[in-house]
Amino acid sequence: MIPSPDLVLLSAITRATCEAFRQAEITLPPDVVQALLTAKKRETSEIARAELANILTNLEMAGSLSVPICQDTGVPVIYLTIPSRIPFTPDIYGAIAEGVREATRDIPLRPNVVDPLTRENTGDNTGSGMPVIHVRPGESLTITVLPKGAGAENMSRIVMMLPSDKDQIPKFVAETMLIAGGKPCPPVILGVGIGSTFDGAAALAKEALLEPIDTMTPYEEEIMAAVNSLGIGPMGLGGITTALAVKVKTSGCHTASLPVAVNVQCWACRRATVEVPY
Amino acid sequence: MLGLPPGYGGGAVLNVMDLCTPLSHEVLMLRAGDRVTLSGTVYTARDEAHLRMIDKGIPFDPHGAAIYHCGPVIQERRIIAAGPTTSARMNALSGFLLEKGVRALVGKGGMGRQVADQLKGRGVYLAFTGGCAALAASRMTLKGVFFEDLGMAEAIWVIELDRLPLVVGIDAAGNDIFKAVNKNAQAQFRKMFQVKKEVSS
Repeated sequence: MIPSPDLVLLSAITRATCEAFRQAEITLPPDVVQALLTAKKRETSEIARAELANILTNLEMAGSLSVPICQDTGVPVIYLTIPSRIPFTPDIYGAIAEGVREATRDIPLRPNVVDPLTRENTGDNTGSGMPVIHVRPGESLTITVLPKGAGAENMSRIVMMLPSDKDQIPKFVAETMLIAGGKPCPPVILGVGIGSTFDGAAALAKEALLEPIDTMTPYEEEIMAAVNSLGIGPMGLGGITTALAVKVKTSGCHTASLPVAVNVQCWACRRATVEVPY
Repeated sequence: MLGLPPGYGGGAVLNVMDLCTPLSHEVLMLRAGDRVTLSGTVYTARDEAHLRMIDKGIPFDPHGAAIYHCGPVIQERRIIAAGPTTSARMNALSGFLLEKGVRALVGKGGMGRQVADQLKGRGVYLAFTGGCAALAASRMTLKGVFFEDLGMAEAIWVIELDRLPLVVGIDAAGNDIFKAVNKNAQAQFRKMFQVKKEVSS
């Protein structure tokens, strides 16, 4: 027997989704703010410092006015964890979509979601396959949102490398930023997915963007150093801060494969997690 | 370090000039890397608005006008968020505006060589910090709208600006700060990975 939808649960999910968007769109996580402050202190170029100053002023204004940090409020990407005691029903997807609609209306968010071919805007940031919802089992019911703007997303890349070319991964990541230049609103955070399958590598790259950026492995540091030596700088106007961080996620893959994906994230690394009280 | 040519923000204090629309010959004196503020009227336009203007004509007086590459968030006729969008999408769509007298294109990320050529002797490309939508909105008043049927992001919004802080990205002599930065990045990349060929962006 299919369990009947629990209306209390569903409305709590809707509220939590909307709340997670409110947090993510208006305030950046502390680790990202700290990285921006540190970058401003280190920059040697006057233009780069002025760009970072604009970014920090903008963050203050967004917070004090309770308005979105950026007008590209992104497309809704959602990570859901669900404990075993809660039945996972299709209604949960509906409740999350309702939360996206509420957020779009109330915060407000720019309606960005269109049909890919007719380009018709749905007007509420939902649609076929939107929001994107990733589900994992977890200890508690949590909703994590990662609203993703197009400027940075459009500069993301994926490659099926030869396994023998694994030393070329830092070069591929640096090349991605070389091609991107100022377009993805640097300083960026680069999510790098290594391994899995063609689609899996892209998913890993995006998940890497959920990781806090205040720590990096030596490998991540090495890739970041290569990217920053390009001197693209904030907004592509030159400077030593092209990337605030590089985060790598790996997964097992076919012995004959080496998928590598780079998901580019602008400085507005908007992510927030809300636990659903239930 | 970066090996950028002088005048590209490497050290010297650059000019800060206050500009106000309608713009005229004063923009011809600006140099890439100068910091300016822009006040007066700007017209937002993205891909769809450019295509509509090419098809149906420009719905405002283009003489001395400034175009802002932006798709704002508007709520009850108030500007909530209005940072710049990626200007390069308008690379092939901007020539007719400059021919009709537009003096400034404002956006983020820079524009192609085609536009740098079209700007020569005519106007400038001004870069605003991408993502700074709340800062932008705090310096803006909404005055009107054209082509509202294109939707919130693609309509032409008429906006009154109060000293928006910008950087001259491409000047009227063809100097292009983004191009200089890219050239340097290409050289660094080739050196770092022993690559011979240039990577096209």
